[in-house]
Amino acid sequence: MSAEFSTPRPARADRPSFLGSTAIAGVGFTDFSKQSDRTIVDLATEAARKAIADSGLEPADVDGIVSYSLFNDSVACQAVATTLAIPELTYAVDMGMGGVSPALAVINAAMAVDSGLASNVLVFRAMNGRSGIRVGATRFEAPTAQYRYPIGYSAYPYYMAMLARRFMIETRASQEDLGAVAIEQRTHAARNERAIRSKPLTMDEYMDDRWVVEPFHVADCTSEVDGACAVIVTSLPGAARSENPPAIIEGAAWETGFGSGLDIADLHTWPDYATICQDFSAARLWKSAGMSPSDIDVAELYDCFTSPVLFALEGLGFAGKGESGAFIRQGETRLGGSLPVNTHGGLLNEGYLHGMNTLGEGVVQMHGKAGERQVEGASTCLVTSGAMGDGSALILRRGER
Amino acid sequence: MSAVDLSAVGPTPDPDSAFFWEALAEDRILVPRCKRCERIFFPPMPSCPHCAGDELERIEVSGRGSVYSWVTVHVALDPIFRGQVPYTIVAVALEEEASARIFGRLLGEPDGLADGGQVRIVAHRIGGIVVPCVEYRND
Repeated sequence: MSAEFSTPRPARADRPSFLGSTAIAGVGFTDFSKQSDRTIVDLATEAARKAIADSGLEPADVDGIVSYSLFNDSVACQAVATTLAIPELTYAVDMGMGGVSPALAVINAAMAVDSGLASNVLVFRAMNGRSGIRVGATRFEAPTAQYRYPIGYSAYPYYMAMLARRFMIETRASQEDLGAVAIEQRTHAARNERAIRSKPLTMDEYMDDRWVVEPFHVADCTSEVDGACAVIVTSLPGAARSENPPAIIEGAAWETGFGSGLDIADLHTWPDYATICQDFSAARLWKSAGMSPSDIDVAELYDCFTSPVLFALEGLGFAGKGESGAFIRQGETRLGGSLPVNTHGGLLNEGYLHGMNTLGEGVVQMHGKAGERQVEGASTCLVTSGAMGDGSALILRRGER
Repeated sequence: MSAVDLSAVGPTPDPDSAFFWEALAEDRILVPRCKRCERIFFPPMPSCPHCAGDELERIEVSGRGSVYSWVTVHVALDPIFRGQVPYTIVAVALEEEASARIFGRLLGEPDGLADGGQVRIVAHRIGGIVVPCVEYRND
């Protein structure tokens, strides 16, 4: 065993083969609520049915399914294959990685399509995240649980606040910078019928808001919901059956950096809390798409809390280190700004569907169907999934119909 | 701190970590060190997260360290901690190896916390269990 690699790694493709040849053809959402009074498989089936119809397909055309969960809070792919009476699945993956998964699930589906293992792959996330298993307050077994729970360091908001504090120390980001994220996204949420928070927010209200865990107020934290979202990943010819222009997958990256920890809540060995997955995946993401930040028309950035938006804007190169707060306050992330961000109001306001709805909004924008929150003329969209050491991202491009 | 019984939340030592908890109960901070790269690391795990070396030893450290980050909890999402809010959790970088961090409950008010502030990890009994806590120091 050696820290040095004794043999060179095989070359990694700058542009993996599924890029440019696969697309998201359709998307479906259920309503989001605080208490669905429905089973998870019912929610999953509704979102899947809508995504399939939006793609111009029938359930029988689906031959692959990819889904993800956290702490066993969802149903398996086979459940939806059963409720939709899908004759034969040739590909299925149940991932358990939570919010780092949405883009990676689409990557996985696109690889299956590109390799010929499947033709039309359903990707879904379904959960009773509010009325059922609430990630924010669930104790779960993990190697480092023993160092967290006994001292009351016991929930996601606390871990993310720990990163946010260090980010604020290193970049001089202010409480008002976090507030700017909350305020701007609340404005977007007012244009989204699915949003569960849409009341306008002022900076004074934000600063006076109740603390959850300093430096996070209530408005800095996502709101857990019940609901589901699904998309269909297919080839470019497959996407031609939809009335939507294809949301072509042009860029993709997954990254977990050095020392990302023994479990999903472990920050002990993460070298620098002021950098997260987007800092590490950025170079490969841009190279994979042959694009740079100025090529992106709209960004849907994973925001379980306000701080990840600042991290992502800086990590991906949309703003310099320490400059993302000013970028937002100048209006750059509004509709009409240089980079509208989280046009659905984000997870902060639409609800915490663990980032699948973030990805879904990106697809809706590329399909040109976002209504009064549509970014006019948008032809490229960047989507991120994840806000800690591990994460994934996609760049979508609106193709011709 | 209230008189709540925290034994339901641990600690739950495993074969990798039992030595740390046993030492902590005796007021000592014992951590793993890699024999190959000679770096201390935390938490205990089967091999060194710096070089993958799997020959490890255990050494006692001073507990002295500096503040890397911290949060103050106002809403106890786990009901068992409801009687204890607000409280502060500090990520402490050990004096002997800054990349080795231990999280502890702050004994005292958070007003004095700052990046790099001098603190000490100590064993402390809360709710019937011995856990790492953090106190200010001036040495």
